[in-house]
Amino acid sequence: MSKPTSRWRRKHLLTLEELSADELRFIIDTADSFREVSKRSVKKVPALRGRVVVNAFFEDSTRTRTSFALAAQRLSADVIEFSEKGSSVSKGETLVDTARNIEAMGVDVIVVRHPAAGAADLLARSVQCSIVNAGDGAHEHPTQGLLDVYTIRERFGHIEGLKVAIVGDIVNSRVARSNLWALKKLGAEVILVGPPTLLPNVFEKLGARVVHDFDSIIGELDVINMLRVQFERVKSSAFPSVREFSRFFGLTVERFERCKKDVFIMHPGPMNRGIEISSTIADGKQSGILQQVTNGLAVRMAALYLVTQSG
Amino acid sequence: MRTQYEQEDIRSAFDRLVDKIASSFSDQQPLSIIGILTRGEVLAERLKIRLKAKGFSQISRGVLDITLYRDDLSQAGGKAFVRPTEIDIDITGQPLLLVDDVIFTGRSIRAALGALLDFGRPSLVRVAVLADRGGRELPIQPDFVGLTLRDVPPDHRVNVRLTETDGRDEIVVEPRS
Repeated sequence: MSKPTSRWRRKHLLTLEELSADELRFIIDTADSFREVSKRSVKKVPALRGRVVVNAFFEDSTRTRTSFALAAQRLSADVIEFSEKGSSVSKGETLVDTARNIEAMGVDVIVVRHPAAGAADLLARSVQCSIVNAGDGAHEHPTQGLLDVYTIRERFGHIEGLKVAIVGDIVNSRVARSNLWALKKLGAEVILVGPPTLLPNVFEKLGARVVHDFDSIIGELDVINMLRVQFERVKSSAFPSVREFSRFFGLTVERFERCKKDVFIMHPGPMNRGIEISSTIADGKQSGILQQVTNGLAVRMAALYLVTQSG
Repeated sequence: MRTQYEQEDIRSAFDRLVDKIASSFSDQQPLSIIGILTRGEVLAERLKIRLKAKGFSQISRGVLDITLYRDDLSQAGGKAFVRPTEIDIDITGQPLLLVDDVIFTGRSIRAALGALLDFGRPSLVRVAVLADRGGRELPIQPDFVGLTLRDVPPDHRVNVRLTETDGRDEIVVEPRS
């Protein structure tokens, strides 16, 4: 592998919107090197020995939280799990105060997930330690975007020129936004697919093609990234009935058969089998869903490593 | 001070290294040769070819990136690019030869030993370097040396360039820029 020309200088990982194509490639290349660590008999390197990483999740999460914890442990960092439930947040402490108090105990990185867009950015401006955004409202989920482009690059060998569809509840999705930024910068064509209520045309201004008829483009796609139907939002008037959504925007076997032969299917999880994606496809040969999870660990190791090396 | 060693000097240094290694290991036994990135990798590949020609039939080769094991990571300031380590072989119970281009403080070898022990438990580990510039900060000494450079001032760099990575073979000792 050739030496990269750029280097990493950022103390935080907050959004993919602010990263250059070189920076995106740098993280993915670093993640690629880290993947080997998970195949060793001793799955640990001492890079972050003596450092403390706090997982501060103000929203439910299984895979992202576990993935960050494991990533930090594989780098030999100490990990503290912080949950909103049972903490002083329920006594009325503000986010910034909570973070400053955690930091005062001598931590190096706070990984934060929060329902409010901009929460990670707010913390980065309020504390001295590094902040890694693990999802802020409908704004961004940078490590998900990175692991998605990494998985696509692994499959095709390149990103440039690929037609990638992101399908579902786009307007409420931070995964869609982070994917959009990363894919655009790395030269893919991004097609957003969903009902007009969940995919306003304003997304065209971000450089994506907006399509409301999934069937009209299904045969041209190289990658289909199916978003989760967020049941917590299903009751809103913007959301069609689950059956209607599934019929028009679900990845059914019938639709899958009209795809390109080598189409690559992705899903950030957790999946609603039979609603946005059929089980046969999710578990099939062209699904990259578990590879996404494997690569997520490597991407998070890279992110934690890089933010602690800047300085 | 600027000193230069040309292709011919390096060839004879490498020949010496090959002879010393060949006479220290049995050609009937397995031997793992692990190169430390970047130039140790090139030297490990050259050693493998030369030892095979001398009748060593069970040589396997690997590549080690020691970035994550360095004790000066925090001072590297983001320059430390992590490259993939490739050790697909089982190193446990076998003799292992660790290869680097230059030995100076001994800290790279210390880091490499730490990394290797995470992959298994070799029956013994030996260290081969193309050039020894002195200046050790740890009680670590190479077992096989091609070229001993004497009185290199601490503020000088020893730049090893190899055809595979740099287009030509040479060693240049010059002040740090």
